[in-house]
Amino acid sequence: MKVRPLLIATATVAALALAGCSGASSGSAPTSSGTPDSLKGTVTVLAAASLTEVYGDLAAQFEKLHPNVTITQSFGGSSALAAQIVQGAPADLFATANEATMKTVTDAGMAAETPIVYATNILTLVVPPSNPANVKTVADLANPAVKVALCDKTVPCGSAAITLLAAENLKVTPVTLETDVKAVLTKVEVDEVDAGLVYVTDAKTAGDKVKQIAVPDAANVINRYPIALMSGSSNPKAAKAFENFILSKTGLAALKAAGFGTP
Amino acid sequence: MLRNTRRRGPAVIIWVIAGVALALLVLPLLGILLSAPWPQLPALLVAPETLQALGLSLLTGVISTCCCLVLGVPLAVVLARSVSWAVVPRRLLRAAVTIPLVLPPVVGGLALLLLLGRNGVLGRYLAMIGITIPFTTGAVVIAQTFVAMPFLVFAVEGALRGADRRVELAAASLGATPFQVFRTVTIPLVAPGIAAGAVLCFARALGEFGATITFAGSYPGITRTLPIASYLASQTDLNQSIALALVLLVVSVAVLLGLRDRWLRPAGSSGSTATTAPVALG
Repeated sequence: MKVRPLLIATATVAALALAGCSGASSGSAPTSSGTPDSLKGTVTVLAAASLTEVYGDLAAQFEKLHPNVTITQSFGGSSALAAQIVQGAPADLFATANEATMKTVTDAGMAAETPIVYATNILTLVVPPSNPANVKTVADLANPAVKVALCDKTVPCGSAAITLLAAENLKVTPVTLETDVKAVLTKVEVDEVDAGLVYVTDAKTAGDKVKQIAVPDAANVINRYPIALMSGSSNPKAAKAFENFILSKTGLAALKAAGFGTP
Repeated sequence: MLRNTRRRGPAVIIWVIAGVALALLVLPLLGILLSAPWPQLPALLVAPETLQALGLSLLTGVISTCCCLVLGVPLAVVLARSVSWAVVPRRLLRAAVTIPLVLPPVVGGLALLLLLGRNGVLGRYLAMIGITIPFTTGAVVIAQTFVAMPFLVFAVEGALRGADRRVELAAASLGATPFQVFRTVTIPLVAPGIAAGAVLCFARALGEFGATITFAGSYPGITRTLPIASYLASQTDLNQSIALALVLLVVSVAVLLGLRDRWLRPAGSSGSTATTAPVALG
């Protein structure tokens, strides 16, 4: 890919400026430099599947505030997106569902700033509304007759699931290991599996399409969600503004409403 | 075919464009070969996950090809005979056979899930008698058969159209029943087309990804075929992914080259019809 030293420098300066005034989670002002009208162009955001709804809403709000900016988002498994970025996929902002996947991108030198952790998420157990296998607790997942869908260990929801099941001392043989959390949710929604481990935020999004069963120990397995401006960004100014918008009161309130925790 | 072959071969521009097309097809493969982790390759190739995925892919690929042969040859016969039908049913039939070629495989997988899933249109009745298809190796075979079928049907149909029907008529006039004609005359007549179709069918089944991951899921040893294993590996370990891709590439190319030479040449007669047939989508 093309390397643009000037833009990287600009982005780094912007990042440093933010680091100065941050404290990340309590960031307030959505715009830092210039009037809203000075923002234009496209901002490409690659974000974890679990952020689909909340980022979609926030992007729509941001586009209303800044009519000359178009936010293009691609949601998927964090590790798949990380691999795409390392392979040179154009991205202005990258938001993952855990710090390990973000690290592969920062290690590759693709981030223009130190990633900012702004939200957390925990897993929960979901079953189809009819609860066909009569699942009552997470321990029922160890029953071979219960068809379980989990995320693959390569994606954040999968590594969290492995940690959680280990903490529960359960040996679970899933029928499928999906590439992102939404795929697990879908399998439960269409009632093709008896149970799945997804994020509480996904369970919330799904509403009455799934039934949620609390997992007491889930609160101990916390995924921390980082976001970072990418060094290859072709529109760092608008990208940084959108990042600030996510970290603003409005953004954090939307995340909270969606079920995310605060780091 | 080409009417104006009187001209001494294609113009220079045609050669150039054809060269670009060929480069587009071949260079990506060269990319795999050049970036392959050759020193680590032996270790990656005998890794249990690689062998498991390869074994599953070969097994399901062979079974799917057999399913396509059993189901697809009769369908090809009907399709070839449909030229004498009215326009509407003829076109509908051809469109139906073409669907898997133009449908994104993921959509095909979703459609299969909605039909054969345990809440599916048919699947709910299967579930009543204790049969659930999704997330089984059987689901992989069904997904592969779905996407690969047109390759076989069009290859065989092309061969049938090129075949001399008078031989069949002669057999029938000598008292052979329609099934006898089919078995002893039609099948041997289009054997090269069937073989070509089966080879393409197998190659397509081997590469199936979207319908499989949607309908059958992904679990090592049960439903995680080589393409899915390669995709998953590409997210974390590119070397492993390239190794898996190489296996897929080698098997596919070997199948295409090997089988063509061995089984298609001796049969001779309508070989060329057979090999061009899959393009004749109408």
